[in-house]
Amino acid sequence: MIQITTKSVEETKEFGAELAKVVNPGDLILLCGDLGAGKTSFTQGFGLALGATCPITSPTFTLANCYEGDLVINHLDVYRLTHIEETRDLGLHELIDDQSVTLIEWGDVIAGALPCGYLEIRFNLGETSEERNVHLQIVGSEWEDRIESIEAIKEKMC
Amino acid sequence: MSNLILGIETSCDETAAAVVEGAQTVRSSVVSSQIDLHARFGGVVPEVASRAHLDLMIPVVAESLVSAGVEAPEVDAVAATTGPGLVGSLLVGVTAAKSLSLVWDVPFVSVNHLEAHLYASFLEEPDLEFPLVVLLVSGGHTMLVLMEGHGRYRVLGSTLDDAAGEAFDKVARYLGLEYPGGPAIDALAVEGDPNAFNYPRSLVQENPDTMAEDRKLAFSFSGLKTSVINHVRNNPDVSTADVVASFQEAVVDTLVTKAKWAAAITGAKGLCLGGGVAANSRLRERFLDMCIEIGVQPFIPSRSMCTDNAAMVAAAGWWCLQIDGSSPLNVGANPNWGLPERI
Repeated sequence: MIQITTKSVEETKEFGAELAKVVNPGDLILLCGDLGAGKTSFTQGFGLALGATCPITSPTFTLANCYEGDLVINHLDVYRLTHIEETRDLGLHELIDDQSVTLIEWGDVIAGALPCGYLEIRFNLGETSEERNVHLQIVGSEWEDRIESIEAIKEKMC
Repeated sequence: MSNLILGIETSCDETAAAVVEGAQTVRSSVVSSQIDLHARFGGVVPEVASRAHLDLMIPVVAESLVSAGVEAPEVDAVAATTGPGLVGSLLVGVTAAKSLSLVWDVPFVSVNHLEAHLYASFLEEPDLEFPLVVLLVSGGHTMLVLMEGHGRYRVLGSTLDDAAGEAFDKVARYLGLEYPGGPAIDALAVEGDPNAFNYPRSLVQENPDTMAEDRKLAFSFSGLKTSVINHVRNNPDVSTADVVASFQEAVVDTLVTKAKWAAAITGAKGLCLGGGVAANSRLRERFLDMCIEIGVQPFIPSRSMCTDNAAMVAAAGWWCLQIDGSSPLNVGANPNWGLPERI
């Protein structure tokens, strides 16, 4: 478990941009945390760093947005799902491929139905209304070779 | 010329069908609201939505024909929303429309859901003058659109993060109010003080003349949502009525201010409201006051025309047919289809 603190929405976006530098095609990232914790802000910084030109907006209503950048960015939101069977309709197996990176907001809800290993990023409220404590956890083998790169981001962000 | 259009709408949680004559006369408009079904889940659930659309599709189309007093062979074209929306839900309506167009041997017309919202106003007020600015606010979208004529429009600005309706739903859900969140907040806000708390109004507290062009008519509601939730988290005993009234006021302030700026920038003769959030009482009241203040012709559609319906799809379909002709049957559902720029 690696912990990073961001002090503002801008820093959360900056963290997203730094993490975008270490992703590989086919990666899966779960974004967890309460309403307003910074999941979409993180994705905005992440997407911009990968060259997505359209503004990245909340996928809560649309459930799945797709952006073209250096990689295809699949941005999903499972906030509304209450039954794990419903994830079938998201077509995760088809979305996750070697041309894209997939981010799932509230992804912890469907952790049991995911087709591969992932990086879980949990945003917790900090001491001030702007501050966030970000916990990163690697599940499965796909992200293991990036532990050092993530540690380096932590050093840089401090 | 095709005159009787059957419209079909299944992009989100409404299964709807309507028969409209010449983009003006609504002969029937059937909306089989699935809210009862969704209330149990607190939101739009795609699998539930597509299954329910499937069950409701044929009865809703049949009802729209019967109440219009129209026999199937009289229909001149079938229009359906092909995007944006939930893909599973869209497919039900698109497939039904294509099948009917093949069986009846009439044109199929693909309609953008946002374009349909633009045409909702013209169903009730056909003589709206151009240029016209439409403030389109719903669960999935918040945007200002400039219409320079029929089939000629472009997006002036849209949300950079959350849609206004989404902010309503998320704040309502956090406060434990019933689904859907918009009407619940509208009703409770009447009992609260809109000035009790000064929640942030993003992108409107600056001088529009010195703002970057891409931010001037853009919206942001994510910071407001977070601010309200933090406030309630830190003050659990606060009056919920005051919170929702103040939250609603911040949203309405933002929407009305941006619409006012858009009218000034474009020299619009008229300002229209559209989308599900346009059913909000406070927004309707403040929007009207603002239009009177700046001397621009206002138009606020009836509540049933603001929320998703198929009459607006049929009306937009009629115009698409006149301007672009029919759509090929290989046009599929397009969940990410933004409002196309047409100048």
